[in-house]
Amino acid sequence: MAEKVLMKGNEAIAEAAIRAGCRHYFGYPITPQTEIAAYMAKRMPKIGGTFLQAESEIAAINMVYGVAAAGMRVMTSSSSPGVSLKQEGISYIAGCDLPALIINVQRGGPGLGGIQPSQSDYFQATKGGGHGDYHLIVLAPASVQEMADLTIQAFTLADKYRCPAMLLADGTMGQMMEPVILPEPQTSAVEKPWAVTGTQNKRPHNIINSLCLRPEQLEKANFERYEKYKQIEANEVLYESFMMEDAEYCVVAFGIAARVSKNAVISARKNGIKVGMIRPITLWPFPTDAIAAAAKQVKGFVCAELSMGQMIEDVRLASACTKPVLLCNRVGGMIITPEEVLEKINTLAAL
Amino acid sequence: MTTQILISGFGGQGVLFAGKFIAYKGLLEEKEVSWLPSYGPEMRGGTASCSIIISDEAVGSPIIANPDVLIAMNLPSLDKYEPACVPGAKLFLDETLITRKVTRTDVEAFYIPATQLARDAGIPTLGNMILAGNMIRETGIVAMEGVEEVLKKVISAKHADLLQANLHALQIGYQYTKEML
Repeated sequence: MAEKVLMKGNEAIAEAAIRAGCRHYFGYPITPQTEIAAYMAKRMPKIGGTFLQAESEIAAINMVYGVAAAGMRVMTSSSSPGVSLKQEGISYIAGCDLPALIINVQRGGPGLGGIQPSQSDYFQATKGGGHGDYHLIVLAPASVQEMADLTIQAFTLADKYRCPAMLLADGTMGQMMEPVILPEPQTSAVEKPWAVTGTQNKRPHNIINSLCLRPEQLEKANFERYEKYKQIEANEVLYESFMMEDAEYCVVAFGIAARVSKNAVISARKNGIKVGMIRPITLWPFPTDAIAAAAKQVKGFVCAELSMGQMIEDVRLASACTKPVLLCNRVGGMIITPEEVLEKINTLAAL
Repeated sequence: MTTQILISGFGGQGVLFAGKFIAYKGLLEEKEVSWLPSYGPEMRGGTASCSIIISDEAVGSPIIANPDVLIAMNLPSLDKYEPACVPGAKLFLDETLITRKVTRTDVEAFYIPATQLARDAGIPTLGNMILAGNMIRETGIVAMEGVEEVLKKVISAKHADLLQANLHALQIGYQYTKEML
């Protein structure tokens, strides 16, 4: 087995991306994710890759757009305000059905906000963010190991479905160090016959373009894209179920909030409350069926998240509001404590 | 067993490095570990801290509210975290820089003149590792055996010449004894 190394989450993302065959990184520094850019700056020149610190986040995402069109694995990373700047480019990438990876190591907002951890970009990540009808495949790591593993997974899914993917982390995940077993470098390159690589007079032109002035065609493209999204929803949902077998109550949380909530679930169990946790790993596609099934089993939910209540809407939708859903939240860079989650579980149990 | 260790001091005292050393030692002893730094504006010239959890089980939340072990390298750190420590906690203080005593009576305090010992040994920047060495001795959370291997992992190749100095600092701390006050 490969050696366990102690690594920051941000560094684990960067190393995993390189091992996934990503040789092109474009970014602009912003706390708390700058270690990704720093790592890439150090490594890319040594392995024949590109590291480019763009003049802005907008430039960086458009460079990603270009490399993705040429069929190569490519990524950018930023934190909340920077990811807002990238939204136009992300919409174009989605509109051109291109695979690319966007990392968001979230910090508190809105506006320039602060630099401490947050999960308040859930809506932006899962409901579009940019203009038009589209989705990103959104993966939410809850450990440094997952920062590495889900980076690889994101590239794989992006290529498989020709669809941009996002890793939605937060400042804690980016900054903390944990033991990680780095994945083996991937060697098999995915065939991309659609890529613009030069025809050499041997094939018709490949055209990558999101402009489509004929409404019939644009409608068709949208319907086709949503057929693809249906497949993703059917095949790619990931979540962790923790102590749910006999649970009467269910905590739903992702990322750092799930780490904190796990402690609360264990404490509540010690107090005799039968509570479990569902941790969405893909935020889009959301584990709707798992929540719906839980809604039949449990008396209520606690949704723990570092926002004013964003994922809670999906929990309520998935459970069709058949059971109470309480919100346990802190925002602005504050992080919920196990005691706060436990208190909500107790409140729920007392309803 | 799970031990929550908080190290706090001024930026530049090596708080994060000492924490990384302890976490890596735990990792090499096949324990579950996490290391979480403060990365806010306070670490630019103000108080820096890091939270290390060493456990036999998977680490849940990496955030520490109530430390079992506190290494305080300046007065603001002691003022801030003394009240948060669990009853029975072990507090390691740099006595050169912190002139007051611990006020709580339900914790164990170890006063080590780390900065002075480091100066006397000609390694003035390594008070952090002297405190870490003493913490290892008094808590046994990780073993002293094998620390050189860990130092090789946490000291970058660029600073390889500092390995012996770090080892020396750990040994000074490990050997330092004084009647507990």
